[in-house]
Amino acid sequence: MNYLIVSAVLFSIGTIGVLTRKNAIVVFMCIELMLNAVNLTFVAFSRHLGNLDGQIFVFFIMTVAAAEAAVGLALFIAFFNNRESIDIDDANLLKW
Amino acid sequence: MDISSVFFAFVTLVAIVSALLVVTCKNPINSALSLVMTFFCLATYYAMLNAPFMAAIQIIVYAGAIMVLIVFTIMLLNIRVDANKKGTHQIALGSVIGIVTLLLTGLYLTRGKVAGPVGNITADVINRVGHTELIGAVMFTEFLLPFEVTSVLLLVAIVGAVILAKRKLS
Repeated sequence: MNYLIVSAVLFSIGTIGVLTRKNAIVVFMCIELMLNAVNLTFVAFSRHLGNLDGQIFVFFIMTVAAAEAAVGLALFIAFFNNRESIDIDDANLLKW
Repeated sequence: MDISSVFFAFVTLVAIVSALLVVTCKNPINSALSLVMTFFCLATYYAMLNAPFMAAIQIIVYAGAIMVLIVFTIMLLNIRVDANKKGTHQIALGSVIGIVTLLLTGLYLTRGKVAGPVGNITADVINRVGHTELIGAVMFTEFLLPFEVTSVLLLVAIVGAVILAKRKLS
């Protein structure tokens, strides 16, 4: 139960970070924080229920986060080469 | 109050303070270092939850691989710290949505009931057989197909990252 409260607080802090920060890399780090909060919930429930399926899910989430980090940071580098900035307000080509 | 709950409170304090620092620091490098601290606290939680393999790959994959990638990108792009560029109503709206998220999860925590497939993996079994063996046995039998699909995902990510990062250089 305590672990779930910690996880909820970390997830909310990550949400606030994603919605308020302008630097794309900081937004990305806050997304990682949210993923980790969910991982903590998975491990806590897995331990509580005595079932290892939740920990396998954590393993897959970590893999997806690693893939996301590789592709996302490559996208940031490509965007920086185009705009000389990684401010998310400068990513406005699809805005009307 | 026994020693383990004191330790839990200490780790929780460090985790939440460093998570707040991730959000509030002006310099992205400071945010990244605070995020590493949060990852270490989460690894401590996993160790306290009898999941030492999860704690190990939390350190190796997150605090090792992913954070090195992020810090390397921050260094490569050489981002200058630009202060006072954010809109205040955006911060207010974001904080409101974050607090609503916290209240909703609190509601689920107090009203919800735990339901799910109950297994027989107790702390005693983990200590006797070993956590890595148990994880490996489940992963390579029941979850073999998702494991193989994950390897394809990693291959796609490698190729995609190389193509995306290389395109504008020529």
